[in-house]
Formats: sequence, structure tokens, C-alpha cells
Amino acid sequence: MNVAVAAYDAKQDAIAPASEAGPAPKRIVVAFGFWVFLLSDIVMFSALFAAYAVLARATAGGPTGAELFNQVNVAIQTAFLLISSYTCGMMSLAVSARQRLNTYMFALVTFLLGAGFLYLEVHEFASMIARGATPQRSAFLSAFFTVVGCHGLHVTAGLIWLAVMMAQVAFKGFRPSVDRRLLCFALFWHALDIIWVWLFTAVYLMGIRA
Amino acid sequence: MNLLGKLSWSAIPFDQPIIMGASGGMILGIVAVVAWVTLKGYVPYLWNEWLTSVDHKRIGVMYIVLALLMLLRGFSDAIMMRAQQAVAAGGAQGYLPPEHFDQIFSAHGTIMIFFVAMPFIIGLMNFVVPLQLGVRDVAFPTLNSVSLWLTASGILLINISLFVGEFAKTGWVAYPPLSELKFSPGVGVDYYLWSLQISGVGTLLTGINFVTTILKTRAPGMGYMRMPVFCWTALASNLIIVAVFPILTATFAMLLLDRYLGFHFFTVDAGGNAMMYVNLFWMWGHPEVYILVLPAFGVYSEVSATFSGKPLFGYRSMVAATMVICVLSMMVWLHHFFTMGASASVNAFFGVASMVIGVPTGVKVFNWLFTMYGGRVRFSVPVLWTLGFMVTFVLGGLTGVLLAVPPVDWQMHNSLFLVAHFHHVIIPGVVFGVFAGYMYWFPKAFGFTLDESWGRRAFWCWFIGFHLAFMPLYVVGLMGMTRRLQHYDVVSWQPWLIVAAVGTAVIFAGVVCQILQFVVSIRNREALRDVTGDPWNGRTLEWSTASPPPTWNFAFLPRVSDRDAYWVQKTVARAKQGQSAQPRECEPIEVPKNTATGFVNAFFAVVTGFALIWHIWWMVALGVFGGFVTFLVFAFRDQEEIEIPAKTIAQFDRDHPAEATP
Repeated sequence: MNVAVAAYDAKQDAIAPASEAGPAPKRIVVAFGFWVFLLSDIVMFSALFAAYAVLARATAGGPTGAELFNQVNVAIQTAFLLISSYTCGMMSLAVSARQRLNTYMFALVTFLLGAGFLYLEVHEFASMIARGATPQRSAFLSAFFTVVGCHGLHVTAGLIWLAVMMAQVAFKGFRPSVDRRLLCFALFWHALDIIWVWLFTAVYLMGIRA
Repeated sequence: MNLLGKLSWSAIPFDQPIIMGASGGMILGIVAVVAWVTLKGYVPYLWNEWLTSVDHKRIGVMYIVLALLMLLRGFSDAIMMRAQQAVAAGGAQGYLPPEHFDQIFSAHGTIMIFFVAMPFIIGLMNFVVPLQLGVRDVAFPTLNSVSLWLTASGILLINISLFVGEFAKTGWVAYPPLSELKFSPGVGVDYYLWSLQISGVGTLLTGINFVTTILKTRAPGMGYMRMPVFCWTALASNLIIVAVFPILTATFAMLLLDRYLGFHFFTVDAGGNAMMYVNLFWMWGHPEVYILVLPAFGVYSEVSATFSGKPLFGYRSMVAATMVICVLSMMVWLHHFFTMGASASVNAFFGVASMVIGVPTGVKVFNWLFTMYGGRVRFSVPVLWTLGFMVTFVLGGLTGVLLAVPPVDWQMHNSLFLVAHFHHVIIPGVVFGVFAGYMYWFPKAFGFTLDESWGRRAFWCWFIGFHLAFMPLYVVGLMGMTRRLQHYDVVSWQPWLIVAAVGTAVIFAGVVCQILQFVVSIRNREALRDVTGDPWNGRTLEWSTASPPPTWNFAFLPRVSDRDAYWVQKTVARAKQGQSAQPRECEPIEVPKNTATGFVNAFFAVVTGFALIWHIWWMVALGVFGGFVTFLVFAFRDQEEIEIPAKTIAQFDRDHPAEATP
């Protein structure tokens, strides 16, 4: 028996480190893949943030952030979104406990808070457009509507996703694939919070320093 | 309001004989293939076994088929450009009017990067990575099929632009303000943007899929430092995809908003900033080079080790060099526009950073050389491509170091010297690499090797033709010829451009040799049959299963105890000869069920993209709704996997005895 063979046999018996444990369980693989997707989504947002930072002062003689932003409105939006993250967490707990009724209830509250957030955002956009502050007015407003609107589109997608997931729970029950999708939804919803905190800071708070 | 948006009969260029001839030929070709498939009764086979397949091997093969077809399209553009510049000297205008010539060079660049190099590389990764990792599929098989078909959607859209409407006349980078609505009012730029947005989503999903596959699903025992180098380079490449393709998506989204809704990201008025586009574009664009070239480096590593009969020299330094390039690739983008007017310190930083990439690349070249040194090198065709790459790429890299010096770049900027440089790195770097990979893994995919003599002829035609075609461009570049000229007044450039055109003809001969190689090999497939599954005396796990591998890849997941896992298995098996291992009892294996989701979704993606390009809003709504319903149907399906019975697996193993069992 040569050295390679002895080494081969010896290694078969040794305790393997984690990286040698073989394919991970499906739940871990799915969650990991979704994290990678979220990172890529954050990269996309960072490109939009960079564009906003470059164009924030390019108002072309039009209205500035200090003149346009309504801090009260934005504070309520922030509260809605942060509370919806909490109720989304409660929904995840209800899912792990297999409590259907609580799942539906917390999903409904999450949905309503998200919809309220969107309503306030659309309202803000509409009032800005009514005052002539359209995205076509200046590069600053183009960047503002794009970065905030992109987050809004994500929230919209999240609401549709949540509705589909509740239908899945109703018709298919808590099976592993539904569980994994709910896990991904929760990750997505929390990630939207993180992006909103950045938006709130970089656009609304820093934007009013003339 | 027009029901068909901007679309009308005038969109079809009936007065352009060249375009009508080319698109007519293409349509006839497609009709002929569809008719042949239908008449022969292959449609159910094609649909069940290929178009709806979620098997990574089949998806990989389909990616490569797409890439090869698009290579012919992109190469036709190259022939037309070289022919035009060979004749359009002095007062002559050549045979291509400026607006057509502009579309050709834009289409050539776009197609070659996005629809040849990308699908070829992704196809190789698809086919090889799960086999090398010793697993049964990628992490998300259905997503993989969605990616493939989104890429195909982009390809279809860009080819429709030949016949319906026009393509961009902006160059493949589509810089604003030229690409803004004001200066490019036609649909050309919209074709460019939507085909790349759609295929870009597919590429991003591929990136997510492969990062997850490589980091989370490897055979038991395969720690990071035991992964084959091709898997490492694939990991680096996909990490870059995840990190930079979203930037491209965001950038194109901004340009689209400018064009469709009158936003002012990159316009000349209302505070827009065109330079921002250039920055964002190259924050994606430079890493893209490494997305393509790193997996090709992986192919060269596999080929040089296998055909030298030695383990790869300096495995750890190869891994380190790969990951260093992965990071550095994102820190050099500004060298694409030194002349924009950044300060001298900024230019100097990016100049130095660009040169630093030469260091890990040099490490790799030395590793390949030392792998071959002292080995018993078999000069098979993949080795020829590898050697051709090494001598050519090093010189192309040197002109790159030259261009990384900002003052030099100020002289060479936008000249044919630059065009010569990037072809000098990307053709040997990527194209030779994927050809080596194609030849190397072909027997694994189809069960027979490719003909060597025609492969040699193809190599030599490409190698000689490449130098004839691109070395003269360095010269005319130094003489001051800028790129993208439809005609020129300086007649002393013409002899060089004629040589370049001859070089293109020699490359064409190489392409013909490759087609002949394919035909001849199919005819002689019985003589070329690979019965062992290991035609090259390979070192990694893909050679441990049958050629072509079964759907489930491995009846038992291989147990890995060292680098070059299959080589170790073979060594152990030889040493233990006589003491036969007890035959193991096969167990049923669950494989993901085929689904039409990817294909149907791509259909709606094409509908949506086409409708957006032509402003047919009701059709946009229809396409988006169709895509959504497709996903709902997928999300609500009941059966996700099918079980392959143990009897089938055992039977397959009896029919395909392996050289060494894990």
C-alpha cells in the first residue's frame, strides 16, 4: 500500500470541517441564495443612491429638497414601515408555530401598513407634481423620483408577494416549499426597511440642508 | 392613438438590399429548421428533453449553441467592417452607407460581449461546475432555465432589430448624450437597452445561482482548498456578476427613464450629467472583462494540468491570484476614460491600479508554464489553444500596461491601437479559452471526442488570422486612425487595412474548419466514441461519471479526500486492485421536475420587450401579466420533483462501469 492510499484511508476516518460536510439542506441553500439576491438588490440601490448624490444639487433653478420635503409625512411613513417589519416578524413566529389564524392576522396588518406607506408616498409624489416639481423639471428631481420610486416599487412587489403567499398558505398549507418562500419574504421585507433607513437619511434628512 | 405604437411598414428596410438579404436568409434558416424538426417528428423530444429541461448539462449545451450561432452573426459584422475599411480609402465610400456601418459596429460589440462570450462562458460553467463539485445539479434548477431563456429573449430581440426597425448607431457602449432621445430618436437604442436589460436579469440570476451552488452544495469532503480551479474561477466570475450587473441594470434604467419619460439623468440640459453614465457603465464594464476571462483562465488551468499529467503548479497561489483579480477588477474602471478630465492624481491612482492587475495575472501565467515544465505534455488541440493563448495574451497584456499609463492613453485614446489592444486580450483570453473548453468537455457532453486534425487546422487558421487581422490595427492606430471610421482620407492606411481584411478571411477559414470538425466528428462518432467516461486521463470529478452523464450525474455522491479528487480515486483503485469493494445498493434519487416556466416566461419577456421598444402599451401590459401568471402557475404546482427508481440507476451503472468507484 503506497502513501497516497494510506493518506486516503486516514482522511476517510478523520472528522471533517464544516466546509467538507457535503451539500447543505435545502432551507439553508434557499435562504443563502436569497441573501445573495438581496445583496445584488442593494448594489442596484447603491447605484441609484450614487446618482442621487451626484445630482442632488442639480436643481436647474427648480425647487430644492428643502422646499419640497415634508418631514412629518416621511416620519409617519417610516413609522408604518418599521412597525410592519415588527408585525412581519410576528408573522414568521406564527408560521413556525403553525398558527394559521395568527399568520393571516399579522400578514393582514403587515399588508395594511405597507399599503398605508405606499398611499403616503403616492400622495407625496402627487402633491409635488401638482406644485410643478415633476421628475422632468430637473436632474435632482429625476434622481429623487427614481430612487424613492424604486423603493416604492419594491414595496408594491412585496405586497403582491405577501398576498400570493397567503393564498399559498390557504390552499397548500405549511409545506416545506411554502415555508421557504415565507422565509424569503420576511428577509425581503426587512431588507426594504434597511434601504428605507438609508433613503430617509440620505434623501430626506440630508436633503433639507439647503 | 395608434394601436401599434410607432410600428409601421416603414420600419422594415425594403430599400436596403444587404439587410433584406441577411434577414431574409435568417428567416429562411429558422423556417427551414422548424420545418425539419416538425416533419421529422422531433418536436415532442425537443420540448420534453431540451426546451423544458432544468438539467444543468442540457442548459449548458443550449447556452453554448446560442453562443456559437451568435458568433456567426457577430463575425459576419466583423467581416463587413473589415471589408468596408479595406476599400473605403481616399475618396471612396465603400459599399456600406454611414448609418448602416454605425449599426454594424454597435451590433458587433454588443453581440460579441453579451451574446457570444457571456453565454459561452455561462454554458461551460453550467455544464462543468456541478459535475466538478460532485453534485447532482445547481442550487436552483428552475431559475437556471429561466436565466437561459431570458438570455435567449435578449438574443431574439437584438436579431429582430435587423429586420424590424434599426439597431443603435451609438457604439456598443451607448454613451449619452448621443444615446439620448434628442440625438437618437429612432428605436435602435431602445432595442439595445431592452435586449440587454432582459438578458441582464438572466445573467444576474445565473450569478446568484452559481455563487450559491459553489458555496453551499459541494460533495462531502470537498473543502474550499480541494475545489478544482475552474470552480474557483467560476466562483470569482459569479461574485463579480452579482456585484456589478445590478449597476448596469440601474444605469440602463436611468437612460430608459430619460428616453421614455423625459427624465434628466444624462441629458445636456436641466442639470443632467452624461459623465455619470460613463462612470457607471464602466463600473460594470471593466469587471465584465474579468467575468469573461477568469473562467477561461480556469479552462487553461484544467487543460494544462490534465494534458501534462501533473497536478496544477501552485494551486494556492492560483486561487489567491484569482480572488485578487476578482477584487481589483472593481477598482480600475476609470482607465476607460482618462481623457474625461479627472485630476492627475485620480488618473494616476487608476493607472497604477490597472498595472497592479498585471501581477496576479503574471502569477497565473508562470503557474501554467511550471505546470507544463517537466510534464509529459500531450499536444492535443486544447493544449494548442492554451499555448496560443499564453504567447498571444502576454503581448496583448503588455499593450494594456502601456495604455494604463495616462499620458500614453491621451495619445492612443479612441484609436485603432485601443481596438487592437482589447481584441488582443479578449480573443486569446476568452475566445481561445472557450474553444479549448469546448474541445475538452465535448466528449463529456456527447460521448465522443472531436476530430483532432480539423481542430488543429482551425487553431492554426485562427492563430495566424488573428495576428494578421489585429497587428496592422496597432500600426494604423499609432498613425492616428481613430476607431469606427466608415471611410478615411489617408491612403497610406489602406495597405494595413487590406492586410487586416486578409486576416479576417483567414479567421473565416478557421471557422469553416470548426464547422467541418463538428460534421466530420459526428460522422466518425463510432470511431471517436468515449466508452470510459475519461478520454483525457482527467483529474477532476466530471471524468468519474459516464459520457454523457445520466440525469442524476452520480449514483452515489463522490467522497472527496484531496485535490484532484478523481486522480486520487484512480490511484487508490489501482493500488487496491484485486480486493473488490462490495457493490453498493443503489437508492432512488429525486431530481427536479422539468418545467416550461422558463420558456413561457421568455415568450412574454420578448412580447414585453418588443412592445416597449415600439411603444405598444396594451401589449406591454399583456406581456407583464402573462409573465406574472406564468410564475403563479409555477408557484402553485404540486409536484416539484420526480423520483428515479433504484433499478434504473443500477442498470445504468452496470451498462457504464466506471474505472474507479468512489
